[in-house]
Amino acid sequence: MTRLATGGLIDRMQPRRFTFDGRGYQGYAGDTLASALLANGLRLVGRSFKYHRPRGIWGLGSEEPNALVELRAGGRQEPNTRATTAELFEGLVAHSQNRWPSLRFDVMAVNGLFGPLLSAGFYYKTFMWPSSFWEKVYEPLIRRAAGLGRAATAPDPDRYERMHAHCDVLVVGAGPAGLAAALAAARSGARVILAEEDFALGGRLLADRQEINGAPALDWVAWVLAELQNLPEVTLLPRTTVFGAFDHGTYGAVQRVADHLPEPPPDMPRQRGWTIVAKRVVLAAGAVERPIAFPGNDRPGVMSAAAVRGYIHRYGALPGRHAVVFTAGDDGLRTATALRDAGAEVTVVDPRPEAPAMPGMRVVAGARVVGTRGRLGLSAVQLDSGERIAADVLAVAGGWNPTLHLSAHQGGRPVWDAAQAAFLPGTPPPGMVVAGAAAGRFTLAACLADGAAAGLQAARDAGHDGRPLDLPQAEDEPAGLRALYHVPGRKAFVDFQHDVTVDDIALAAREGFRSVEHAKRYTTLGMATDQGRTANVVGLAILAEATGRGIAETGTTMFRPPYTPVTIGALAGAQTGRDFRPVRRTPLHAWSARHGASFVDSGAWQRAEWYARPGETGWRDSVDREVLQVRRAAGFCDVSTLGKIEVVGPDAAALLDFVYANTMSTLKPGRIRYGIMLREDGFVLDDGTCARLAKDRFFVTTTTANAARVMQHLEYAHQVLRPELDVAILSVTEAWAQIALAGPQARDVLAQVTQADVSNAALPHMACLDAAFVGGLRGRLYRISFSGELAYEIGVPPEAAEALADRLLAAGAVPYGTEALGVLRIEKGHAGGGELNGQTTAGDLGLGRMLSTTKDFIGRALAQRPALVDPARPVLVGLRGAGLRTGAHLLAPGAAAVTENDLGHVTAACWSPNLQQTIGLALLAEGRDRIGTRIRVFDALRGHDGEAEVAAPVFIDPEGTRTRG
Amino acid sequence: MRIPCPFCGERDAAEFLTIGSAPPPRPAADAPMAAWHDYVHLRDNPAGLHAELWQHIHGCRQWLRVMRDTRTHVVAGAEACRR
Repeated sequence: MTRLATGGLIDRMQPRRFTFDGRGYQGYAGDTLASALLANGLRLVGRSFKYHRPRGIWGLGSEEPNALVELRAGGRQEPNTRATTAELFEGLVAHSQNRWPSLRFDVMAVNGLFGPLLSAGFYYKTFMWPSSFWEKVYEPLIRRAAGLGRAATAPDPDRYERMHAHCDVLVVGAGPAGLAAALAAARSGARVILAEEDFALGGRLLADRQEINGAPALDWVAWVLAELQNLPEVTLLPRTTVFGAFDHGTYGAVQRVADHLPEPPPDMPRQRGWTIVAKRVVLAAGAVERPIAFPGNDRPGVMSAAAVRGYIHRYGALPGRHAVVFTAGDDGLRTATALRDAGAEVTVVDPRPEAPAMPGMRVVAGARVVGTRGRLGLSAVQLDSGERIAADVLAVAGGWNPTLHLSAHQGGRPVWDAAQAAFLPGTPPPGMVVAGAAAGRFTLAACLADGAAAGLQAARDAGHDGRPLDLPQAEDEPAGLRALYHVPGRKAFVDFQHDVTVDDIALAAREGFRSVEHAKRYTTLGMATDQGRTANVVGLAILAEATGRGIAETGTTMFRPPYTPVTIGALAGAQTGRDFRPVRRTPLHAWSARHGASFVDSGAWQRAEWYARPGETGWRDSVDREVLQVRRAAGFCDVSTLGKIEVVGPDAAALLDFVYANTMSTLKPGRIRYGIMLREDGFVLDDGTCARLAKDRFFVTTTTANAARVMQHLEYAHQVLRPELDVAILSVTEAWAQIALAGPQARDVLAQVTQADVSNAALPHMACLDAAFVGGLRGRLYRISFSGELAYEIGVPPEAAEALADRLLAAGAVPYGTEALGVLRIEKGHAGGGELNGQTTAGDLGLGRMLSTTKDFIGRALAQRPALVDPARPVLVGLRGAGLRTGAHLLAPGAAAVTENDLGHVTAACWSPNLQQTIGLALLAEGRDRIGTRIRVFDALRGHDGEAEVAAPVFIDPEGTRTRG
Repeated sequence: MRIPCPFCGERDAAEFLTIGSAPPPRPAADAPMAAWHDYVHLRDNPAGLHAELWQHIHGCRQWLRVMRDTRTHVVAGAEACRR
């Protein structure tokens, strides 16, 4: 055990048991998995991506490149989880990754022996030939050998949520700068959101032992939090990572609501995805310590110095008792002090000849670490003097990288500051100010002052008048730094997670990959799940050196969201599976379900497809019965899904004349006309009916599929093209339940449910009227027919739909579904979805004469293009023949089945119980001339090759006498 | 992105639908075919300020003419097509 007897922010009264690779351990509440592993003396926690080298824990937070584990099991299994951010809970189960058969003995570690062969660009150079081998052989092999954790294969049992929020000031990061900023902004009355990725607020104050106002810094943190928690306009979001800065002050964040619990309680989501719109943003995300690349710097036990003192102070976990601190500046000396105070034997290796003496430890000035020893963990450190020091932990302090990612997500390029040896934020997105260590102000006093000023300014910019904070007193720690990025030698790792070494980068430069973006892709530097948080600056420095340029000149690669990996669930929220989008049900849905209906998705709608009766053995039985019932007696169909639009106003007729290809202004009140609309490019947009309810009021119907599109089209035509027209357009789709009643007995049935006169004289074909129905309902009757039978559509308020359906049933009509509807319309040759496919003209559909020649309308001009009036275009015809399937291609009999011979395709097909044969509709070149001839029907996809007879598209009652009867 | 709707205030782009470039004025009914071709098919694609049509479909349903910089997404303004 390396847990210190006292200290740390863990709760020693609350032990937490967990397993790692099947063995049981114990930690405490407040631990992360990483701190608990260290406290149990475990240093080896994973194998590297390419060489399978043993790896331990490097860092303290989300920047961790090495210690990736598979967390939890079953549907909750989560690969590539950083042990440094996984909060310990009772019963936590974790496994190491990318090793076989075990972490301590990994056969793939043999890759390490071939290290020189697996250098930069290895895949590109080696697996070139033959190219077909890439998918079949090389990639599967590489994927097995090189890799990360395994994703869960069972469905995720947890719930996720989306949240939208607005605020005056979003503060990212709750370290000293972020807390000061939040307090300064909140006191002005501004609405503040403070987001912190850690589960505890305080940032580096949790990991360092510092004083504010002469007392422990954590006292100040507690005092600030107490005030913030009592301000109603402040939202504190711990466990929340702001992962992306998007346009116009929009930020994406993910809150790990229940990741710290064994399972979320039933009322709690696992994670919550936030979209935050902020007037102003203070980015106070701190900084992350960078490594120094030297041979063997990846051995378990080699750690970030700042992390080492964080484990001591925050978790009471001592990473080693024999410590070497390799520091390029004063910051590492704080770690040396912490180690010494915790009882470790400490040697400081400082490349600065002027390195200060430190009480209670040995300081080797002007020296460097050039190697490490130890099989599965560090046992000794080699210095350039030749001296070897026995050690079980090597703390490395290479300087600090400001966490400026969000400042660069909108394209702002970081700027190299040679004096601080760090990239600083360039031009952040509008509304963002960067404060504290993220802006390169590394000392505590500077962070507090910077944060307070930024928070106040942000609140003022957002319209709140605040007053400056009384600045707390804190020290300016010594921050001397001599930039040191690497020490010469082999196997000096830059990107731990992708196994990129100093040699790889030098090789890339020699081979001409001098641009930072090219070198990145060639070596894969910074392309792992940690996105090079610890690796990039060291890599750039090495590339700069190898290409003889400065770091500023070399520049950085682009920063893009997300800052840390984001669970897809947090982005999807509740919109998964059946809830992916809202389901639309008609007013008759429940009624239909009670009467045996099954349902089919039609866009977002669920429509009754047929109404099965006891004894029917399959869907065809039901559909055939329904079709015959309509043709022989009467049936009714729920057509509430049709788009319904009211167009009202003095200029309503003028607008409809403009959007319909045919004329509507000549329609008399009380009459209905079939109409087609074109797109401006001359193709058919949609068809439907237009009923004139009054001189200035029209009721327009659209197809189900195009309802939203036609509504938008009408609004466009009015607002953009004809804004001078005095007209209002309203979608009334949901305001009416609409039922089609069809069949030779339809009038008799109708007469039993309405008090209106429905005689042919009072309600002729293509007429409409307001009607009273039995039971006191009010509604409308439209005499129109889609089936070719005597037919009506009845519109009633949705709440009256079931009563109407009950009465129609009692009057002798039977319900029919969309399948029967489809058969009836194919038998009648009406255009439907297969023909209104966006590529057909009015002429193709046999409707060419509907195009008005006496008025302007949308699509008129381009419908006259030569290609759109070419007589050879495929036109609507009927087909009769066994085996017809929608999508089959049409060829001249005997013609080879090649694209050049293609004459068209089948757009709809069904079994016609009236004709007792399979019929279809098709778009066929020179189709009208082919009526009566035979055509080859070729369906390569489903293996059909047969013949059909070309027919006129109207199979039933071509004269239309039934409709008018 | 945020679109400043003149009727509803600044709203998230997810509430809107866009058809891209604002078309030029619709030709007169008797305009030659070439004018119709240009009107329907040809659009500028500037790197910079760009007039676009957006409809606030999940709000007031008004069609808006939005001036947006294609390089930075900065929205210079939005006005209703029908005023």
